[in-house]
Amino acid sequence: MTKELTNKDKVEAGLPRRRRKETLFRATGMIATAIGIAFLAVFFATLIGKGASAFVQTYMRLDVELTAEQIAPGGELDLAYADFDGLVRTALRKEFPEVSGRAERRELYRLLSIGAGYQIRDLVAENVDLIGTTQTLWLPTSATVDMLMKGNIDASLDASLRPLSDQQIGWINSLQRAGRLDKRFNAALFTNGDSREPELAGIKGAMMGSFFMLVVTIALSFPIGVAAAIYLEEFAPKNRWSDLVEVNINNLAAVPSIVFGLLGLAVFINWMSLPRSAPLVGGLVLALLTLPVIIIASRAAIKAVPPSIREAAMGLGASRMQVVFHHVMPLAMPGMLTGAIIGMSRALGESAPLLMIGMIAFIVDVPGGFTDPSTALPVQIYLWADSPERAFAERTSAAIIVLLAFLVLMNLAAVIVRRRMEQKW
Amino acid sequence: MSTNRNIIAVFSTAVIGLALSTGAAAQSGRDYVYIVGSSTVYPFATVVAERFGRGSEFKTPKIESTGSGGGFKLFCDGVGVNYPDITNASRAIKASEVETCAKNGVTEIVEVKIGYDGIVIANAIDSASMMLSRRDIFMALAKKVPGDNAGELVDNPYVTWADVNPVLPAIKIEVLGPPPTSGTRDAFVELAMEGGCTTVPWVKALQKSDENQYKVICHTIREDGAFVEAGENDNLIVQKLQANPHAYGIFGFSFLDQNREKVKGATIDGVAPTFDEIADGEYPVSRPLFFYVKKAHVDVIPGLRGYLREFTSERAWGEEGYLSDRGLIPMPEEERSAVAANVRDLTPLSLVSK
Repeated sequence: MTKELTNKDKVEAGLPRRRRKETLFRATGMIATAIGIAFLAVFFATLIGKGASAFVQTYMRLDVELTAEQIAPGGELDLAYADFDGLVRTALRKEFPEVSGRAERRELYRLLSIGAGYQIRDLVAENVDLIGTTQTLWLPTSATVDMLMKGNIDASLDASLRPLSDQQIGWINSLQRAGRLDKRFNAALFTNGDSREPELAGIKGAMMGSFFMLVVTIALSFPIGVAAAIYLEEFAPKNRWSDLVEVNINNLAAVPSIVFGLLGLAVFINWMSLPRSAPLVGGLVLALLTLPVIIIASRAAIKAVPPSIREAAMGLGASRMQVVFHHVMPLAMPGMLTGAIIGMSRALGESAPLLMIGMIAFIVDVPGGFTDPSTALPVQIYLWADSPERAFAERTSAAIIVLLAFLVLMNLAAVIVRRRMEQKW
Repeated sequence: MSTNRNIIAVFSTAVIGLALSTGAAAQSGRDYVYIVGSSTVYPFATVVAERFGRGSEFKTPKIESTGSGGGFKLFCDGVGVNYPDITNASRAIKASEVETCAKNGVTEIVEVKIGYDGIVIANAIDSASMMLSRRDIFMALAKKVPGDNAGELVDNPYVTWADVNPVLPAIKIEVLGPPPTSGTRDAFVELAMEGGCTTVPWVKALQKSDENQYKVICHTIREDGAFVEAGENDNLIVQKLQANPHAYGIFGFSFLDQNREKVKGATIDGVAPTFDEIADGEYPVSRPLFFYVKKAHVDVIPGLRGYLREFTSERAWGEEGYLSDRGLIPMPEEERSAVAANVRDLTPLSLVSK
């Protein structure tokens, strides 16, 4: 031993190594974050790249003569049997007088969606006085025309390799030159229920289904979850039983969601004989699913209220119930609400349990209540992703964008609630 | 935050929730047609349902996609508004299912054959066209194949298509297909695999002497990675074929029809998977599609009769009907009119024939 090392020497000797470790650790963290963000960016970019075009849709401007003979023969209008498709066809033929022969006409008619006839029917139903006039209307084209206009079908390919014939492409080109084709906002996507015609398919039915389901879910899981949390945190004796309950609640939060679907099928549908495919049952199942999440979040929020508040209230003579409802709950409310909103956003994105209770179904009519058959947004996405029609691919992405937008909004709401209402001690 | 208001809010939501759950328990009559069943028939049945719903005063039928087996299970559970009126199927009803039905009071079932669906083996459009025989398919995909001596079985030794048949290209066998739960898989195994399997004389002889063994040989697909279960989503298989020029995929004709510029179908026994060849019955791997109706429901559920009429109308399932646009292969005209007459009279399935 020559010279005694001082503490300072020892520290200084190790310093470069410690600094290196620190830098390395920071760099690892930054790389991890960057990778995460890169994945997210790729995900959003492909999603928006694929789905953005679904928010517009190709429409054709046609001068449609609403002749009384064709839709109200004998002067009597019967909407169910009036030939609105015939009106559209007459208008198309007028545009292309040279088209003759049955097969050729069929090809021509296929440029327009079957929704064109329905659009005119709705128009006439709204205003009967239009009969006999000529209206200039923007009518939806068929999905194949739409795909061509959006560049998803390559017109330069051999005719046997594309769903449109040379003749049809010729008509489309001449319509385009005449300014009769235009891409406009695809309102149908938000106002229609499901459809097997991609150009008519919308997510309103699925959105309403999801909405009704979430109403049932929040109405059940929030009060029950909060009540359970208050009891467990403030009133329940701490013994083996309450430990057991606590362990089970934490376990329940980790149970795969499909299990809740099976439970819902067995209990709500088979035993209580509630209707299949109903938002009510979906909501009940999702309530079971979100309950543990809400209980855990609410208990954490209640625990975070300092004991001094309770003690002060007790000291002033408040009963335990008064302490809880007058002091603890208002202070814990932001945390509870945040938990509820996060639970709801989980419920909104959930599809597995809904498959078990019959919500994976084709439902055109927009549901108007809790027991009407309906689907939910994630299930609609699943159904569209499996459709053979090409145009559903972009609509699938569009539906995902809408679902993500709702999720972002809900999570944002959670953040805002926390920021604005949170108390700091 | 006022505390009283809080308490009221919490309890009123609880009460609303309770009222909701009890109110709905009393489910009354149903005013829409309720259909379950095969995911293969789903794209066709939904088109009919939608046209029917839009064109009539009735509500649009509700169609659940449950798979053929799942559909029969729900269908056979009983008679009444809580049970489906119709189940779609990509195969005929089994005797055991008819029995289950009968046990639950579902005695009169009307079988409606709606047309054909071809099953194709496709690869990417830029890859070499493939000409297969059913024997090639069996040899390439079976778990055990017949050995050199009659009666001998060996684990499938073939690695490339050329090993199976020297005229085929020397690329690794890689086929993406549906999982065992799928009706497409059942039909593929029965039509393509079994068709190839019977070209081996001693296996064909087994059909009479030891049917179980025969089925094991003909119906078991290899599990060593040459056949990849790609899930139920056929769009995904199409995408994978585009990415991998050496892979082949098995899916329904409608997906080939919609993706004509991306994938092409292999000829099987010299017949290409085209609309006309499938309709003529020339293409060997095609199967009939069905739906089954409960006779007891027909005049009880509003719109059920109308839905049947729409489905069996020429504008729907005819040669130029809207279903053929979606890839459903129509039946010959006489068969169509026979089935349509059957539906009009609601002639139930006779249990003996099954």
